[in-house]
Amino acid sequence: MNKVFNIIIAGVGGQGLITLNNLIANAAFYDGYDVKTSELHGLSQRVGSVETHLKFGKKIYSPLVVAGKADLVLGLETTEGLRAIRFFNPKTIFVVNDNYISFLENISKEEVEKKIKSSIGSNLRLVSASEICKKELGKEVVSSIYLLGYCVFKKIIPLNSESVLRAIEETIPEKYLELNKKAFELAKKHD
Amino acid sequence: MKQVLLGNEAIVKGALGAGVSFVSGYPGCPSAEIGEEFLKIAKDHGIYAEWSTNEKVALESAIGASFSGVKSLVNMKSFGINVCSDSLLPLAYTGTKAPMIIVVADDPSCWSSAQSEQDSRGYAFLSHIPILEPADSQECYEFTKLGFEISEKFNTPVILRITTRVAHQRMPVQFEDIKTENKVFQKGEFIKDYKRFSTMPPRVLEMKKELLEKIEKIKQFAETSQLNKIDKSKKPAKLGIIASGVAYLHAKEAMEELNLDLPILKLGLFYPLPEKKIKKFIKPLKKVLVAEEVDPYIEKEIKAIAKDENLKAKIIGKEILSEIGELNQEKIASTLAKILGIKYEKPKIIVSNLPRRHPQLCQNCPYWLAFSAIKKSAPEGTIFGGDIGCNMLAGVSPHNIQDYLFSMGSSIGIGHGIARSAKQKIIVVMGDGTFFHAGIPALINAVYNKSNLLVFILDNRITAMTGHQPNPGMGKTGMGEDSPMLKIEEIAASCGVKNIKVLDPVNFKELGDTIKDFLNKEEVSVIISRKICALLVKHQEK
Repeated sequence: MNKVFNIIIAGVGGQGLITLNNLIANAAFYDGYDVKTSELHGLSQRVGSVETHLKFGKKIYSPLVVAGKADLVLGLETTEGLRAIRFFNPKTIFVVNDNYISFLENISKEEVEKKIKSSIGSNLRLVSASEICKKELGKEVVSSIYLLGYCVFKKIIPLNSESVLRAIEETIPEKYLELNKKAFELAKKHD
Repeated sequence: MKQVLLGNEAIVKGALGAGVSFVSGYPGCPSAEIGEEFLKIAKDHGIYAEWSTNEKVALESAIGASFSGVKSLVNMKSFGINVCSDSLLPLAYTGTKAPMIIVVADDPSCWSSAQSEQDSRGYAFLSHIPILEPADSQECYEFTKLGFEISEKFNTPVILRITTRVAHQRMPVQFEDIKTENKVFQKGEFIKDYKRFSTMPPRVLEMKKELLEKIEKIKQFAETSQLNKIDKSKKPAKLGIIASGVAYLHAKEAMEELNLDLPILKLGLFYPLPEKKIKKFIKPLKKVLVAEEVDPYIEKEIKAIAKDENLKAKIIGKEILSEIGELNQEKIASTLAKILGIKYEKPKIIVSNLPRRHPQLCQNCPYWLAFSAIKKSAPEGTIFGGDIGCNMLAGVSPHNIQDYLFSMGSSIGIGHGIARSAKQKIIVVMGDGTFFHAGIPALINAVYNKSNLLVFILDNRITAMTGHQPNPGMGKTGMGEDSPMLKIEEIAASCGVKNIKVLDPVNFKELGDTIKDFLNKEEVSVIISRKICALLVKHQEK
């Protein structure tokens, strides 16, 4: 890969964005890339909108992805996936969990879905990660790992699945490791 | 060893490499992981670490360690340096004995900060303390080690100033892995030296002279230090860039994007600046862009240097780059294009126009009940004082009970002034951590000077906002040892408060009745709404 690969992970505070960001960063490092990420902690984490930036390639300077420059937006929630549209360019792929978390201002689930489909069009992959994980593994919480598996096995993220698995093994606590690995592998079967 | 590390983690590795053995601080965003990591590993590394009650005490503890010959590190967020400044300035005068690094984490764009978009570098001029500015995690590691060396060489504390995009940046970092085998904390010795440690006049003015001489020496050091480096251009250029902190990385990326070949002087040592090096860099140039975030400190210094030396180069900075908010590569690229008169097309951006998803109180947070009781029971027109912590969320929907918000502990002080000056009733709301940090002197003042505000303390048994750090109300130290559990109601009583009630907010009606009752009192009242943080309960169950 010659160019730099830019990822935005968008979601709601508490959804495990930082863990996911950390996993991908380590996987990119194992694949021999230079990598930089930027994340936000603190106030925004209290169920507010959160986004993390991740870039890997031969040499990375700035840790930030600027508007209009994402190669991939990983949306862990539909409204936040839609909000990340400012990173969109005609080549940006949006992989978004079909999972809606309401908030005070109350934009309805239907409205958000309609809007995200119409504005992102054929670049959108709306994946029922939460639903699948709940059904197959009994835990919705690993849906972000499922999404990661989806991106890796569909070659949307140009990283080796072995490196990602190694990152999972070295980052996730023992207690939750099997569940996370299962969620990752489960995505292989997604069509 | 090479590992992907957060900037804050790299600072810890650097300090371990330098042999730090005393760590104090106060948690805040974006610095909290530094103290947390130290508390986790302290015992294995023979380190003493603590969360202090506030940043002033944290710094003073480290001063005590330094005077006893023990190497120390203090960590805090931006506003922490305001709190500790009273002791910071005399520390520059006495100097350190064992080396000391003070990590201060600013938050340009105020991602996790109320109060102000503070640029703490200004303290260099106020205190005459050297400030280092790393740009990424690798530099966090290296600059921390170098900072300890500078501190040791010149007997001065050194400030390591980071920002959110440095503290919370991850990248592969090359570092020396420090092995720990049954290390125990090595006590030093306080060797009495009145002349050195006491700022009693007239000695204080001699100390000032010594300090200014010391800074001159550090200036000489700055001229040759690897902290200030030049990336030369391949061909001679008319435009050059002087950059600091993460702005350097944005500038490098902007140059790559625009395919430009420009020289960059990266200033890793913000104070004192290497004047000769700067002069030499500017001399062949027609224009210089100063890429620094927030306040134009470097720009002003460079303009002064250029003027003194009659250099013709035009210095460009905040006339194009904003003083408000953090920078990025796009802002610098468009500025470079503007200066060079080349075409630059900003990417087309689509905006979602979605309403903001505000941070909220967590599910089952005890503050829901407390805020609701306050809102229901306070008569119309009541003034609500806000304070720092999770309780800041009182200011947003659906609560909307916050009429002012300043700094840690300020709700009581300002509330006292309002109670003395305005006719309305007033309730101030603060958390347990903030009460211990800066609430107590203000409470004493309110009692002593006889106002009648109602202080509503949300005691959720932890410092929650910054990630669950223990505080003096919990009976546990940062290192997990048992310690006396300080009771807020007993402190309030000792401060002379007559009307005190401790309630679980689940007793909603009683809480409401107490608020109404206390609002009619002639003296200061304190209500302590005590219920453990819901997130903490969840973590404890895990």
